[in-house]
Amino acid sequence: MTVPVIAFYCFAAGVIIGGLFTVLSRHPVHSVLWLILSFLSAAGLFVLLGAEFVAMLLVIVYVGAVAVLFLFVVMMLDVDFAELRAEMSKFLPLGMLIGIVLLMELTLALGSWRFAPDAEALRDNLTPPLAETHNTAALGQLIYDEYILLFQLAGLILLVAMIGAILLTLRHRSDIKRQDVLAQMYRDPAKAMELKDVKPGQGLS
Amino acid sequence: MIGLEHYLTVAAALFIIGIFGLFLNRKNVIIILMSIELMLLAVNINLVAFSAFLGDLTGQIFTMFVLTVAAAEAAIGLAILVCFFRNRGTIAVEDVSNMKG
Repeated sequence: MTVPVIAFYCFAAGVIIGGLFTVLSRHPVHSVLWLILSFLSAAGLFVLLGAEFVAMLLVIVYVGAVAVLFLFVVMMLDVDFAELRAEMSKFLPLGMLIGIVLLMELTLALGSWRFAPDAEALRDNLTPPLAETHNTAALGQLIYDEYILLFQLAGLILLVAMIGAILLTLRHRSDIKRQDVLAQMYRDPAKAMELKDVKPGQGLS
Repeated sequence: MIGLEHYLTVAAALFIIGIFGLFLNRKNVIIILMSIELMLLAVNINLVAFSAFLGDLTGQIFTMFVLTVAAAEAAIGLAILVCFFRNRGTIAVEDVSNMKG
């Protein structure tokens, strides 16, 4: 066994175990942590495949943003998770059944498949040799050239998602004190303070 | 020697785990969203594996687009979840049937 083979089996086990415990673990916080393990292992698999850029993207976007988002939401919502899990055993047989059926179907597909004879000829964007261009540069040349429209549309999707998420979660609370900028600007300094001549020994009435 | 089939097997297993999770946690929306993320990750593994073994970069480019859409979907889903929890005080999926815009 060489190092890449051992690394592959380690990462594959990480992906599968992480996914399994994401689904099975008792508390959602543990689920998120297992999800992070799964993502990190998948990033390792991508590095083994020579797709470093996508691997780093996975670590930054999924582990750095999405998983942390999940963690925040899980920790901020005050939900009785034990109650939600109470009926889990009811769905276990059905889930097992569907999972096993799908797994058998996919195994059948994995057992007997081959590349189409003209698959090599149909390739659109050949990977340039590693000595010439490394992964990130080759991807960049493709994204900013051939796939520029899709790239911009992806940006648009993210913008819409951002606006939507802000709009959905923003709420205007009326029971707290807020800064009123206009009232501050229109305030007249002459009316803000009043000078009183206090007689000695009498004070203000 | 690790071939394409090894990666496809991992991706298939992960996809099945995602579907299994959907059925197992029918009441907990957060875990359902995580299961969807797992399934999208399985798709990404497939795309990158084929991309690497065929020597075609298109798979990796589409992996990035899948990643983008997955991130957007997670953000919107969690925002809806927070909004729903604020109104109803629960995140059980069965109660979501009264969301009529």
